[in-house]
Amino acid sequence: MISFENVSVRYAGATSDALTDVNLVLPPGEFCLVVGPTGSGKTTLLGAATGHVPHFTGGLLRGRVLVGGRDTRTHPPRELADVVGTVGQRPMDGFVTDSVEDELAFVMESLALEPAVMRRRVEETLDLLGLADVRRKSLAELSSGQQQRVAIGAALTAHPQVLVLDEPTSALDPGAAEDVLAALHRLVHDLGVTVLLSEHRLERVVQYADSVLSLTGPGDPVRYGLPGEVLAESLVVPPVVALGKLAGWSPLPVSVRDARRLAPALVQRLEDVAPAVQESSAAKPPTGDPLLSAHGVWQRYRNGPAVLRGVDLDVHAGEVLAIMGRNGAGKSTLLAALQGGLRPERGTVTLDGDPVHGVSARARRRLVSLVPQEPGDLLYLDTVEAECAQADSESGIAPGSTLALLTRLIPGLLTETDPRDLSEGQRLSLVVAIQLAGGPRVILLDEPTRGLDYAAKDRLTEMLTGLARTGTAVALTSHDVEFVAATADRVAVLSDGEVITEAPTAEVVLSSPTYAPQVAKILAPGTWLTVRQVEAVLRAGDPLHSARADRAGRADQADVLSAPEALR
Amino acid sequence: MSISTRTPPVIGGRRRRAGARLFRTRLPTHPMAWWVWALGLAAAASRTTNPLLLLLLVAVAAFVVAARRPMTTWARGFRAYLIFGLVVVALRTVFHIVLGGGYGETVLVWLPEIVLPEWSAGIRIGGAVTAEGLASAVYDGMRLATLLVCVGAAVTLADPRRLLKSLPGALYEAGLVVVVAVSMAPALIESAVRVRRARQLRGTSARGFRAFRSIAMPVLDQALGRAVALAAAMDARGYGRVGSLTVGARRTSAALLLAGLLGLCLAGYGLLDAATPGSVAVPALVVGVAASVIGLVVGSRRMVRSRYRPDRFDLRSALVAVCGLAIAALFVLTEMRGDSVSHPSTFPLVWPQLALLPLVGIAIAALPGIASTPVEPPASETVRGSAENLAVSAITAKGISAR
Repeated sequence: MISFENVSVRYAGATSDALTDVNLVLPPGEFCLVVGPTGSGKTTLLGAATGHVPHFTGGLLRGRVLVGGRDTRTHPPRELADVVGTVGQRPMDGFVTDSVEDELAFVMESLALEPAVMRRRVEETLDLLGLADVRRKSLAELSSGQQQRVAIGAALTAHPQVLVLDEPTSALDPGAAEDVLAALHRLVHDLGVTVLLSEHRLERVVQYADSVLSLTGPGDPVRYGLPGEVLAESLVVPPVVALGKLAGWSPLPVSVRDARRLAPALVQRLEDVAPAVQESSAAKPPTGDPLLSAHGVWQRYRNGPAVLRGVDLDVHAGEVLAIMGRNGAGKSTLLAALQGGLRPERGTVTLDGDPVHGVSARARRRLVSLVPQEPGDLLYLDTVEAECAQADSESGIAPGSTLALLTRLIPGLLTETDPRDLSEGQRLSLVVAIQLAGGPRVILLDEPTRGLDYAAKDRLTEMLTGLARTGTAVALTSHDVEFVAATADRVAVLSDGEVITEAPTAEVVLSSPTYAPQVAKILAPGTWLTVRQVEAVLRAGDPLHSARADRAGRADQADVLSAPEALR
Repeated sequence: MSISTRTPPVIGGRRRRAGARLFRTRLPTHPMAWWVWALGLAAAASRTTNPLLLLLLVAVAAFVVAARRPMTTWARGFRAYLIFGLVVVALRTVFHIVLGGGYGETVLVWLPEIVLPEWSAGIRIGGAVTAEGLASAVYDGMRLATLLVCVGAAVTLADPRRLLKSLPGALYEAGLVVVVAVSMAPALIESAVRVRRARQLRGTSARGFRAFRSIAMPVLDQALGRAVALAAAMDARGYGRVGSLTVGARRTSAALLLAGLLGLCLAGYGLLDAATPGSVAVPALVVGVAASVIGLVVGSRRMVRSRYRPDRFDLRSALVAVCGLAIAALFVLTEMRGDSVSHPSTFPLVWPQLALLPLVGIAIAALPGIASTPVEPPASETVRGSAENLAVSAITAKGISAR
């Protein structure tokens, strides 16, 4: 269905190939998952399959890409519209019309299909994706999961043989992501559509995939094969595979269900050593007075329903608090209220007993600082260095401090780079450095894991737990259950503007199938959340390893500690 | 399709049976019909400075909007046009007071006058504010405000995106570009609000150009990114696929369209400028229209597109359009009769008069508020909204009948 023949891509002005010598034949009806770290060329590969590269992006494509028998060299994307459907990361950016039905019909209008055919296909697609209830709504009123399903439907009405999706669930909460993926799964089964999909959060997708295409970086060969085989050697793996590797399972399971069948032996091994370790790693309830606390915070949109309905929440010094909940549950609004930039209609937010609203924006920066959902909103200068210098003057600290901080967060970043050219992870680090420059006592992060690969998320976890250890209070919102399980001490679940649960991480995520990380699902009824915890337990139980692990652990800790201490 | 269970509006006793057959089609009113109606209203407004008539025109526009507004986010902006209209009147009045050309005898108040040098003859700041001058300024402002409200009514009643569907194929691509550009505006505002809030997070206290730059840069960056993403999405969905037309035919179509546009411009200038002889304007108009039509027909064959559920023009829609044309015609007629109804005298200042002819026009223009196809509620949950809407229209109707 899709075939790549010796395909290499080099963008204009680049000194090396973004994609090198890819050979690939994708049979019809296959669900292929593209994995790889940031910058490994996933987007380029997907673009090449739709004709987007090089017709739209420019650059030089060598070799040949055939899609449904058509050569992308002679067919620009618009001439492939009846063969390939494309779905992007942000559905709202790609909508042309403003109502659900018109959006679904747009591609068919371009293809000049008969009105009767269009009518029928729109109805079919509405049913297939469960959108019939919202058919007359304006696209802006839909939830983000519904929007993404409309985007898939809009590509689907052309009856394409291939569907190409670039991180379709990155902005969705776990429930909405499940909906979208289940819809895709049905398409593959019922209609025999070939799906090429890239995703950072493999744990969400890998169980649906027939095959995996692994990219490691520009210049390296591409690996393609069955999920278990490819992921065994991949740089990026979901927790289930990491756990399988650790336990030495063969064949390597890729789904929680497969892994659970192999798990009893591991659970036994863990439980032999567990009691001691469990105790030491058990989350201790926060002690002392809360640093930042919200009391009965109410907030409503203008002329709209209430977003926050009397929220009570405490953030303690030295802890990482994760706020979870559906898209639109009020998480971002709550963070804005906690920061003090948004004055709540009713209720108070206090820092050490003093209200945070009374302080000027400049002074507040030294108390509570917020990293917004779009880190790019904070950046407006041409170079990383200039941004850092600006942050120095804003915070009234010695010139060069922010840059020094940034270098500690991500060593080796070129200071002359334009912030807009940075990768998502690098840009986030830059903004975190800017927001930490004032030495705030509380740092809030809104959805920080969006677009980050596993390595970047691990670094973020280290950074945040390190900060917490030095006494800073950290609160973040996230849809990423794996990240939350690894990072947070406590979790608050927000629903419809109210805090419905507020408890230590393990307690919250173990009690809910939606929020449970993969490791917890596999090792249930055990209470381990992450591969790292399991690894630590196994090391502790293994006398041969324990000495080495101890050393390594100490080195680890020292490493992590050095960064935040330097932040002060 | 859900079928609305509301009974069709009763047009009146016995006539209803005959009328019911003609009006049985319950198609939504064609967007083109709403635009013709609203532009008719605007044309009427441009023909008068009578404040009573202008107020009535605004009331008619508001009544029909309240009764027939579709339940989309787009349609919530009518109030903004009303407010904008008030601002226009206020601005016009303030300008008159400050820079006024103080004619008239009834001096209301003396403002301190600033003596300007010799060369600025004709411009005056401050001085006497007369009732006559003030009335003329207010009338003028009201006319402009009414025009604005008419355009607002058209935009509210017929989403420009729906209008796009009725454009000839040759204009489709250009039309879509315009519509997409217009709908980018809300996204741009949202983005600016977000960035401004983010700027506060950095604690910046920059003012003036620096502050402007710090907000404009990320906003423009995001707008550009969005535009590129949208272009890519449209491209991937077959926008701009080339039809089977030859290069020659495509060029012919473009040339004809250009010539047609030129002809129309010439004709417009000729008709508006009294000094140009009619022997130039009329042929230019004929040639312009002919060239445009041929160009559109040829060009439309280039576009291989079909329309999903196109709007159809039924009798009710025709009625709406005719109502708009009627009010325009009646107001033009009133003006041509040359009495003081259309343009009440402000020097000497007299109370404006009303006459039968324009009042009939007003009544006809209000007809679409009851005679056009009622709006279908989009989903069950908005039924409440539609009830509110009906209540509003009932109140408005009462208000008008009370006059």
